[in-house]
Amino acid sequence: MTLISDEGAQELRPRSELTASELLREVASVLRLSEAEAAKLGDLPEDPDEDQTMVINMGPSHPSTHGVLRLMLELQGETVLRCKPIIGYLHTGMEKTGEQLTFMQGGTNVTRMDYASPLNNELVFSMATEKLLGIDGDIPERAQWMRMLLSELNRMSSHLLFMATNGMDLGAVSMMIYGWREREEVLRFFQKVTGLRMNHNFVRPGGLAADLPPGWRDDVLRILDMLPERLEEYDTLMTGQPIWRERLQGVGVITPSEALALGATGPILRSTGVEWDLRRHDPYLRYDEVEFDLIVGSYGDAFDRYAIRLNEIRESMRIVRQILDLMPEGDYRIQDKKVTPPPRARIDESMEALIHHFKIFTEGFKVPEGEVYVAIESPRGEIGCYIASDGSPTPYRMHVRAPSFVNIQCLPHMMRGGLVADAVAVISSVDPVLGEVDR
Amino acid sequence: MNILHRIPAADPLLEAESFWWQPLAVIGLKVLVVFVIGLVGTMFMVWFERKIVAGMQNRVGPNKAGPFGLLQTLADGTKLFFKEDLIPEKADPFVFRIAPFLAFVPAFLVWAVIPLGGDFTNGHDGTVTWFGEVTRVQLADPPIGVLLVLAMSSIAVYGVMLAGWSSGSKYPLLGSVRASAQMISYEAALGLSLAAVLMTAGTLSTSGIVSAQSSITNWHLLSTGIVPFVVFLIAMTAELNRPPFDLVEAEQELVGGFHTEYSSIRFALFFLAEFMNVISMSALLVTLFLGGPQPLYLGGTDIFAVLGPFGGTAWLLLKVFAFLYMYVWFRATLPRLRYDQLMNLGWKVLIPISLGWFILLAALQVARDSDVSGLRYSLIVAGCLVGIALAYMLFQAALNVARRNRDAEGAAY
Repeated sequence: MTLISDEGAQELRPRSELTASELLREVASVLRLSEAEAAKLGDLPEDPDEDQTMVINMGPSHPSTHGVLRLMLELQGETVLRCKPIIGYLHTGMEKTGEQLTFMQGGTNVTRMDYASPLNNELVFSMATEKLLGIDGDIPERAQWMRMLLSELNRMSSHLLFMATNGMDLGAVSMMIYGWREREEVLRFFQKVTGLRMNHNFVRPGGLAADLPPGWRDDVLRILDMLPERLEEYDTLMTGQPIWRERLQGVGVITPSEALALGATGPILRSTGVEWDLRRHDPYLRYDEVEFDLIVGSYGDAFDRYAIRLNEIRESMRIVRQILDLMPEGDYRIQDKKVTPPPRARIDESMEALIHHFKIFTEGFKVPEGEVYVAIESPRGEIGCYIASDGSPTPYRMHVRAPSFVNIQCLPHMMRGGLVADAVAVISSVDPVLGEVDR
Repeated sequence: MNILHRIPAADPLLEAESFWWQPLAVIGLKVLVVFVIGLVGTMFMVWFERKIVAGMQNRVGPNKAGPFGLLQTLADGTKLFFKEDLIPEKADPFVFRIAPFLAFVPAFLVWAVIPLGGDFTNGHDGTVTWFGEVTRVQLADPPIGVLLVLAMSSIAVYGVMLAGWSSGSKYPLLGSVRASAQMISYEAALGLSLAAVLMTAGTLSTSGIVSAQSSITNWHLLSTGIVPFVVFLIAMTAELNRPPFDLVEAEQELVGGFHTEYSSIRFALFFLAEFMNVISMSALLVTLFLGGPQPLYLGGTDIFAVLGPFGGTAWLLLKVFAFLYMYVWFRATLPRLRYDQLMNLGWKVLIPISLGWFILLAALQVARDSDVSGLRYSLIVAGCLVGIALAYMLFQAALNVARRNRDAEGAAY
């Protein structure tokens, strides 16, 4: 085995050195084969002349790999023949770290995974913990609606970030600034509510860290009034732009069966026409009480994925408007002594409260033995949290099903036969967040 | 008898009977002035672009160095000048060193044949008298001026291509392959649309072309019927590697394209050449289609008449400025084309259109030259149109066959 560098088995190796299944994976055959197809495993694609191909390394530091994704591409001219995504450059062992942190502290850890939609990560972790504690039915109404509000606003900010990066990757440089400008408005609201622009650790087991600040309704309304006009501008700048359509339509096509076989979720799956959204099909929080449409594509190409995200911003705005009307008064966290620290004033009065407070923040609260999996719809697809507990205050094992990680599998498939410029459009349309991929 | 008389003079100065230091001094002065205008213009073009793009993107843009950040480019240039000059281990050192100059020098040579001013009004031929010597407000006016421009823009391709090839790295190589294909293809469209102008003007000399556009109806923009202008504009944008045709250095795809491995002053030379090219090609476009320094009479008056001898220069700058703004606008607005779309646009749209239009113009010109009129003139026009329609149909048929063959073969891998 000749290695090109010291990356070991990660390298894209010459075709002659590969086993059939490796080669099939690299040339983007979807691996869930029927028996008839599996019987033909010997029919490998014809080898191109090795003098005429070039292996090019894209990333981990490359302007359009969204962080530290690394792709090895085999090119003939500019046509992509094989593609191998290589991950792990941002691996910080977050799942293992999660085993050392108490359930109270876990939020600070998971929120850093998908840093473009941190509140969704915290939400899924909190929901899993609550389910283990058996208090998932007792979360106050207001906490649930607040969680929904934050989750939808986060979806908007995440999709706005996608608008920015997608524009940038295709050369519409102004779009990057416009997308960030709008996202910043949402982040400013988050900062007012949670104190931080990102990595909030605001959604916690049992509810939220604090109530909404006074004047929050006006802030949200201001965002909702500003955005539609800006989205119209995006339509002018991109959706209706002939060059934009040429660049995206028919690029990175994936069929429904392929998307399902690869486990893709979120906008990628919906772009193929499969109607699948956990908010609709497995409602959590109060999603069954609000009205919204699922945006579904028909061609499964990069343009569909762009259009779906653009319209999901509009749907999220619709949901947020309903939340504004339906938001009840009440408590923002469960009044369960086990998970909720006593109010600050009680600590000065009562020794028991002080001890209780100290215990929760040092040792943490104990969670009954058991295992649980909870999934919600993040802007990128199904984000799931699996927690196994051995009865101690820290999880025995925590695993996060990261949508970006699964969606990245589609890359070789979408890129095959396209040009290098299409590869960039495809990475962009999958919209991976590498923090979540590597965890 | 001066020996220089045997070759066609590039400047009326050289036609003088006696030849002593005055003409040489004037030429020396002109070289200096043109070079300095080019450099300073480039400097401000970079500032202008950054400032306008910043405005379009809700940003402030450069505002620290000098008033309004005007000296930002100077600061950047100084910084680049003092940076370490890296030559990659796998590079071909000689070609790697020479490539920036191959890009830089042609950019300035094009600038030399652009008429920068002079009095072209009322049938004057644009000559001015400086220090008692009759001369033109351009560095050189060779009788083959436009050919020189084409030759220089072809040589500039070598700069880009060799830079990418000699870097010994894959991204620059891809960039240079794109560059050579793109620039060569678009040169064809550029040349064909240019030929329409040359035929109408009847000369290759740039000052002659300006003289031929004495009033707005004579501007080649109108007298060649807009189409060559549009083709030239698009082909020129592609030739300059400006957005939306900046595939050569597509940052998101090829990192930096052909200049990925360049640093320090060599990178600055590429950068300078690119912006210099934008200015000189815009000036060429104005010269060819919009009358160069010819004034535009708004309500019968020339608003720059008060500037006296510099009125022509003011007009030229105004027109060039309009195109520079347009380029910046393109950059802020348009996504980048893909490589195959670019080639399709060049070969299947621009070249056939400019070729057909050129044939039409040629036929009309022949008809005019031989004093045909009335029915026969209409017949000639009709014949041309039928011919072009037939050619168009043949062309489409050929494209269809090619597409069918491609489909039948299927994608190779």
